Amino acid sequence: MIRFDQVSKLYPGGFQALRQVSFHLRRGEMAFLTGHSGAGKSTLLRLLALLERPTSGNIFINGHSLSRVGRRDVPFVRRDIGMIFQDHKLLMDRTVYDNVSLPLIIEGVGHRDIKKRVSAALDKVGLLDKVRCLPQQLSGGEQQRVGIARAIVNKPPIILADEPTGNLDPELSAEIFRLFAEFNRADTAVLIATHDLGLVARMRHRTLTLRGGLLTNDGLARTSAAQLDEEDDDESTV
Amino acid sequence: MSLLFKGSDEIGRVPRGPWPTRLGAWLVDHLRQMVGSLGELWRTPISSVLTMAALGLALSLPTALYVLYKNVAAVADAWQESTEITLFLRKDLSDPLQQAVAHRLSLQPEIAHVTYLSPAKALAEFQSMADFGEALQYLDQNPLPATVVVIPAEEHRTPEAAKALLEKLEQASEVSFGRMDLEWVKRLHGVLALVRDAFAAVTCLLLITVLLTVGNTIRLAILAKRDAIEVMKLVGATDGFIQRPFLYTGWWFGIIGAFIALVAVSSALYYLESALSALSGLYSSQLTIIGLDLAEAGGVILIAIALGLSGAFISVRRHIAEIEPR
Repeated sequence: MIRFDQVSKLYPGGFQALRQVSFHLRRGEMAFLTGHSGAGKSTLLRLLALLERPTSGNIFINGHSLSRVGRRDVPFVRRDIGMIFQDHKLLMDRTVYDNVSLPLIIEGVGHRDIKKRVSAALDKVGLLDKVRCLPQQLSGGEQQRVGIARAIVNKPPIILADEPTGNLDPELSAEIFRLFAEFNRADTAVLIATHDLGLVARMRHRTLTLRGGLLTNDGLARTSAAQLDEEDDDESTV
Repeated sequence: MSLLFKGSDEIGRVPRGPWPTRLGAWLVDHLRQMVGSLGELWRTPISSVLTMAALGLALSLPTALYVLYKNVAAVADAWQESTEITLFLRKDLSDPLQQAVAHRLSLQPEIAHVTYLSPAKALAEFQSMADFGEALQYLDQNPLPATVVVIPAEEHRTPEAAKALLEKLEQASEVSFGRMDLEWVKRLHGVLALVRDAFAAVTCLLLITVLLTVGNTIRLAILAKRDAIEVMKLVGATDGFIQRPFLYTGWWFGIIGAFIALVAVSSALYYLESALSALSGLYSSQLTIIGLDLAEAGGVILIAIALGLSGAFISVRRHIAEIEPR
């Protein structure tokens, strides 16, 4: 579903954010992307959402090279990617309903369908009773769940999350990760950038570790708890 | 729709429905954005009102100039009624023959009206007009020829057409020569053309002002909504989708500016008319101002909408592409 082939990103000014990163995330797979801040996690996600272009290498989504996507087609690629951000990126002067329905309105979905889909998405994140609220009236965790509802409302085949639990307490974080695992069951590829290694270890999913722009660890085959604990130790020594 | 996942519906994409539903959604969406952008203007009342007032005044001046030109042209038209050709007939023709010539002329389609003046009548008129009465009595015979005063039909009153008509009429064997005060008509037309061109230049400048005002206001509106535009781009909005509310804002600016201009010009005309009626009472003559008719008012509104939309379009093209999510 998502394939990186020797992808490097050099920012103007000489900062090398990614160095020849290659990996393949299959349909319906869920993976964590870990590493210290500045290791290139956000850059990797930004390349996927076409917020940046790689300096070299190729990125494929569903077999299509992103380098062939022109400026005019960028929005259509983004519609297939549900993005979740640490700072939520909600429209603060619009209600929860307006925020969640935005991707559907952009796609030109009929209004009856929008209502159904928004209700379903808000139900999944447990915010059906806050549909008329403004984001300011919600807690940080609730705002993040609104962002998640917006990301899943049009059932994209790919969900990307950039530090989705960065501002949340452990309990809320666990709840949000459980939500992601649930979406993953619906045949959706999920890639979550996080530095919450404890949670990552407990979730037992594939883990990609970036260090200084290099992909140092692809925990593809790890299934046993012992190995995960080992990985956790590895991380803590970095 | 989906670009990289064409034809793969196993992931349960949002159903798009048949085209009448989609058309309905599209129309509802446009209507929503149209009303929404009006609401957006309502949310910043002071700056909106100031912009609309500036647009209204910038539009009312060209409208007023147009009304002024229209009135001047109407007066000039009334003066042009006096475009007349005087034909002097040959003196050796008999009186009935001369009258026949006058009658024949009156049947021509280029000619609206013909007045025949026999030599005797001409002499009598000349005597009453000038103080030559006594001097004329010393003449043995009437030296004046028979004259036919021709008023051309409306479409032959321009200097060129009238001149052509004069030349044609002079060809007739009964006519010895013709005369027309062409210079006066030419000068009048020259002045009118100058006034029209000057007004057109001022109008152009003011319309560019409208364009720039709308463009700048929309630019500020776009910058104020920068965060929201970034969010929309993140969830896959095309530039076209993001542009729409701003284009509607330009459209509202145009419509409301046009109404302000029409109200301003109409009230100015109303005020002038009452002053004018007092004046025409003193001069015991009929002076009236011609206002804007319905089609012209509609034209003002259409031009204003076109300007509002294009001002918004120019601004939106430049600035929405510039904003990229960080």
